[in-house]
Amino acid sequence: MNEHSQNEHSHPTADVYLRVAAVLVILTVLEVGVFYVPVFHPVLVPVLLVLSGAKFTLVVMFYMHLKADSRVFTFLFGAPLLLAAVVMVALLFLLLGALTLRGAAGAG
Amino acid sequence: MTHAASAAAHHTSLGLDSRKMAFWAFIGSECLLFTSLISTYLVYKGKSVVGPYPHEILNIPFTSVSTFDLLMSSLMMVLALAAVQRGDMRWGKIWLFSTALLGLVFLGGQVIEFTEFVHKGLTLQTNLFGCTFFVLTGTHGAHVSVGVLWLLTLWVRALQGKLTQANAMTVEITGLYWHFVDVVWIVIFTVVYLIQ
Repeated sequence: MNEHSQNEHSHPTADVYLRVAAVLVILTVLEVGVFYVPVFHPVLVPVLLVLSGAKFTLVVMFYMHLKADSRVFTFLFGAPLLLAAVVMVALLFLLLGALTLRGAAGAG
Repeated sequence: MTHAASAAAHHTSLGLDSRKMAFWAFIGSECLLFTSLISTYLVYKGKSVVGPYPHEILNIPFTSVSTFDLLMSSLMMVLALAAVQRGDMRWGKIWLFSTALLGLVFLGGQVIEFTEFVHKGLTLQTNLFGCTFFVLTGTHGAHVSVGVLWLLTLWVRALQGKLTQANAMTVEITGLYWHFVDVVWIVIFTVVYLIQ
């Protein structure tokens, strides 16, 4: 197997694309449904994040072909995404924490 | 055309198409841009001292339709790529135009939404919600606009007979951009509209 054939991949068929689209629509309907049903409100945020994460993953894996493409592309996308996620969490802890402390100090 | 076949034409050391690799690196940088905007939105969430507030003006049913529209445009995009890859340029043109059309519908929805918000008193200067909301969704809308122009350019080139099966990589890279715009909206729809 030569260098090029090792990286050869075949993109999904139209049938797979249609199935993924159907799942994406179902997940979107679930997201909106969960938003309107009061019984889900205590767990709204985690449920919505999971559903959104599933949609994100499906598009990236099947429509952007990362599932079948070279791992180099996965790294080029995944590494900045991971860095972005870490920076976002750090920012939220830093700034929300600082604002909360400032608010508590002001109240005190 | 597989990326290996394309890379063979370019003779890259990794056996990967260099344009596609550069584009993935660009998408990685775009992740950082949108994360900074989403982080800013989240940090200032609930800090507005005057209204209108998100729960007062965000229209979930309307935005859900826009979300559905963008998801369907992604489907059209992959169908366009599949058609071009198998040399079926007739369907390739149809799906490319459909993708651009759905992108235009999304932009139309965003214009209606923004106009409605301004009429209700929410502008870029009104409060922290208005500022972070318009910058985030406006930046996304600008990306959609670029995508629509790109798609229409490809469609016109296809009509002129200048886009063929040999240019499948060009369509694939356009598709990567379009799907990235879609995944960013998936996050925005959840973080801004549904988690209030």
